Amino acid sequence: MLLGDEAIAQGAIDAGMSGIYAYPGTPSTEITEYILQSKEAKEKNIRAGWSTNEKTAVEGALGMSYVGKRAMTCMKHVGLNVAADAFINSSITGANGGLIIVSADDPSMHSSQNEQDSRFYGDFAMIPILEPSNQQEAYDMVSYGFDLSEKYRIPVMMRITTRLAHSRTGVVRGEIRGQNEIKLSANPKQFILLPGNARKQYKTLLSNQDSFLEESTKSAFNQYIDGPNKKMGVIACGISFNYLMENYPRKVASFPVLKIGQYPIPVDQVLKMYDECDSILVLEEGYPLIEKHLKGLLNKGKVIKGRLDGTVPRDGELSPNLVAKALGLPIAEEKAIPSIVKNRPPALCKGCPHIYSYNAINEAILGTEKGHVFADIGCYTLGFMEPYNAIDTCVDMGASITMAKGAADAGFQPAIAVIGDSTFTHSGMTGLLDAVSDKSPITLFILDNETTAMTGGQTSQARGKLEAICEGLGVDPGHIRVLNPMPKTHEENVQVIKEEIAYQGVSVIIPRRECIQTAAKNLKSARLEKEPTN
Amino acid sequence: MKKDIILAGVGGQGILSIAAIIGTAAVKAGLYLKQAEVHGMSQRGGDVQSNLRISDDPIASDLIPVGKADLIISVEPMEALRYVPMLSNEGWMITNITPFINIPDYPAHEDILAVIDQQPYHIKLDAEAIAKEIGSVKCANVVILGAATSFLGLSYDQIEDAICIMFARKGESMVKMNLAALKAGREYAKQQIKLQSVK
Repeated sequence: MLLGDEAIAQGAIDAGMSGIYAYPGTPSTEITEYILQSKEAKEKNIRAGWSTNEKTAVEGALGMSYVGKRAMTCMKHVGLNVAADAFINSSITGANGGLIIVSADDPSMHSSQNEQDSRFYGDFAMIPILEPSNQQEAYDMVSYGFDLSEKYRIPVMMRITTRLAHSRTGVVRGEIRGQNEIKLSANPKQFILLPGNARKQYKTLLSNQDSFLEESTKSAFNQYIDGPNKKMGVIACGISFNYLMENYPRKVASFPVLKIGQYPIPVDQVLKMYDECDSILVLEEGYPLIEKHLKGLLNKGKVIKGRLDGTVPRDGELSPNLVAKALGLPIAEEKAIPSIVKNRPPALCKGCPHIYSYNAINEAILGTEKGHVFADIGCYTLGFMEPYNAIDTCVDMGASITMAKGAADAGFQPAIAVIGDSTFTHSGMTGLLDAVSDKSPITLFILDNETTAMTGGQTSQARGKLEAICEGLGVDPGHIRVLNPMPKTHEENVQVIKEEIAYQGVSVIIPRRECIQTAAKNLKSARLEKEPTN
Repeated sequence: MKKDIILAGVGGQGILSIAAIIGTAAVKAGLYLKQAEVHGMSQRGGDVQSNLRISDDPIASDLIPVGKADLIISVEPMEALRYVPMLSNEGWMITNITPFINIPDYPAHEDILAVIDQQPYHIKLDAEAIAKEIGSVKCANVVILGAATSFLGLSYDQIEDAICIMFARKGESMVKMNLAALKAGREYAKQQIKLQSVK
């Protein structure tokens, strides 16, 4: 019984992977967590751990591939934006040891700020993409993907979505393969992307496109299932295939179905469907990638239905019911949620240190109009909610500091940035350096709960290093202030905040107290160690 | 046999422990199973649910189609009502009545209970009170599971076995207490059903 994420992790252990590099991000986190907790992975000496951000993760994995070992790197979709430089260039260098980049998309934005579709990145990088429809495929695709990666010496992307990542089912393990020996590439110029070399490497990538297409065409993950009703053909990618089949209890659709699990898009199968059917319905989780390709700019061919023409909603994740509607199947009238039911948005935990940080900030700037607090990505984004109403922005990892700087540069005061410890080391340090270099008058709060809390308490690279980092970046030590975010210290905290806001330069305030979730977990495991049961 | 179950509650209430027991029993019984969970931001005190599907045939979708669930098992009364659209016309709602109040506009308790009473097939129980009688409020979730045992498509023995497996690590007294909790929940549900059929 494995989550989709865990199936990928187990697949990687069994396929002879030597190392995994990742930054936590829902829904990808459990891949790396599984390997961190796996005894088997420890015995096999598989390197597993959290990187400072997704870019350093991809580079770490690329380094392992460079020496000939199999490596994996995992991130959420928006993490791939951070890693994009390394990711795109790794398609030019190519791989040596097998390299799989897992990007977990979050359609419907269950825990994200957008629902971008990673397949576009894979398409952009011109590398093969694997998209499992179930947990077994997720497991199987890892070994297949490593082989494919080594066959063409190319990184392979694996794209999953939230429902697959966080759904559990039985998975059958396959063959177990040993790890690769260290062996450098036979081509000594492969990883030196000087223009002269890069042009050659790029031509290799281009010339491999036909082979990638051929691999897709013959892949077992792309299946053409014929059906008698040629009024329509259905293309179903990844998990949307399950939603399609859910509507056919006898597991046979009346229409021809093309199930896609490997890209580039298998053109021959698509052409067969186009030739044989009057119209095509495209079901894809995320953005309309295949649909757009099929329609083309002019949309002059047969009718292509999907997200673009409204047959399926343009945004949000798919479901069995949405697919039923798209197929024109009758669906029962939906009952309403009883009106008594109130929304229950996520909230800061009782006793969370962020609560006291926000209470102090709110009081310190009481009387200032709204709009002065630039925040970031993490649990503390929940400071937006009632009763705190404490923040005014949340854009991308690290943007709190640089946006506050931009606002301060424009003469906007006070300019307050709020970021978590892990987000700060992920993408905040460079922004702080900008502010120091420019002497921009900002007050930066690094809310230090000594963990990566939102994703479940992973190790924070910032732990124990924050003051030294800030000093090293050039913040005046006299304006690095550490607070204890507690109710009893409220008055003195407010005082310190007022002082630092008044200071016309870069100041850093570090409210520090361990996340109460992590604290409780640590207490529990300490207790268990003390009194082993039976 | 096919059962589609919505497990409902608030992040942190441990609905996945119920899912794990049913899941263990289903796997032991050689059934297919899919269980979609909620991880990430919503876990922080927001509404959470898990779609649990068990069947003797392979299961296609990880999500239960709207209006097709056979059962809602909820550890919180308002959360049970949130998933009314998921429930089929013949579906049962098994819910705890102890509210988890972490929002300012939480409705009056008696109003919530009144709406639950309007549902055609339901069992509501004070799981904490029943659990306390047995020994610890910690087994309240198992009491709720107990109340659902007649609707799971699995035998009572299979659920008991799963509890033995799940709690074995925690010692024999924990196993016994949870078996007692399961039974108490089941007995309470039986009485409720009898009362309802008399009405």
